[in-house]
Amino acid sequence: MHELAIAESIVELAAEHAARDGFRQVRRIHLAIGALSHVDPRALEFGFAAVASGTVADGATLVIDRPPGVARCLACQVDVPIAAYGDPCPGCGGAELMAVGGAELRVIDLEVV
Amino acid sequence: MCGVCGCGAADGPGATRDGRAPALAAAARIVRVERDILEKNDRYAATNRARFAAGRTLALNLVSSPGAGKTALLVRTLTELRDRYPLAVIEGDQQTSLDADRIRATGAPAVQINTGKLCHLDARLVADALAGLPPLDGGVLFIENVGNLVCPAGFDLGEAGKVVLASVTEGEDKPLKYPDMFHAARLVLITKTDLLPHLEFDVAALAANARAVNPRAEVLQVSARTGAGLDAWYAWLAGRRADAIG
Repeated sequence: MHELAIAESIVELAAEHAARDGFRQVRRIHLAIGALSHVDPRALEFGFAAVASGTVADGATLVIDRPPGVARCLACQVDVPIAAYGDPCPGCGGAELMAVGGAELRVIDLEVV
Repeated sequence: MCGVCGCGAADGPGATRDGRAPALAAAARIVRVERDILEKNDRYAATNRARFAAGRTLALNLVSSPGAGKTALLVRTLTELRDRYPLAVIEGDQQTSLDADRIRATGAPAVQINTGKLCHLDARLVADALAGLPPLDGGVLFIENVGNLVCPAGFDLGEAGKVVLASVTEGEDKPLKYPDMFHAARLVLITKTDLLPHLEFDVAALAANARAVNPRAEVLQVSARTGAGLDAWYAWLAGRRADAIG
């Protein structure tokens, strides 16, 4: 359940911005969790609620974008959508794919008061 | 439409600037962040990586499910290579110093990290552990991660590469079940091959599954008990060490 460590990092970022940008409370946290990242959004939401308790992000809701997985098919030499590592190329059925997008873990913005 | 209060202005700060927004929008605002969630870990990892480069040290991150044979492989590797170049181990386990004790019995220095409730090593824990090790100029540091095929995949420790071990008692489909880890690995070591005569295990299928999630992965077969395949593992290490020390 490494999502707890991810949740702690999100709370740390929020606290850092609270000090820098002068706000008291975070209402909403907008995240990008790529489809090929190693983070499960539901586990993250569960862990976040526990980790955020008593912090500047206490009670904040997570709004999670899911950028899709994208891989370069080495046979077709084009970028194709994939749902998971190991998926075959939807064009040629080949297995030689290199992931090029969808692994991001990013805080986009915060709604604060 | 503003997503904060429903007024006609653009989101957040715009809503408060135009003077038309009601009390809620006056209080709430959007703060742009655009930062990587793992940036703190990655800063520590970059510092570790720079330290390994300055110290001409090859650092490898060994990952597997519990019981795949990481420590057994390290004990034999340290015993057989210790006269060639400096070697050390950082051991990650939830509890106990049993693994570090096994490593030290070979004569190699080892630091045990107990992660407690944490299911993986992170770069800061490794940075702290480095303080307890001697310089390894021209040598190899093995970081034995917590036995777990999920969580350690996402945390860069500053290593030159991840080595994932999969034992022949685990099933050929491991790479498909745990694609994040096999995708992150530079080398796949199929371990405990001395048990193959007793099992219905398709080595080629495991290698094919590993390459399906990671076309760049190299695959080697070893037995720490009989020593079969270890020469190829040592040759791989020597190649990566040559890359690291320049």
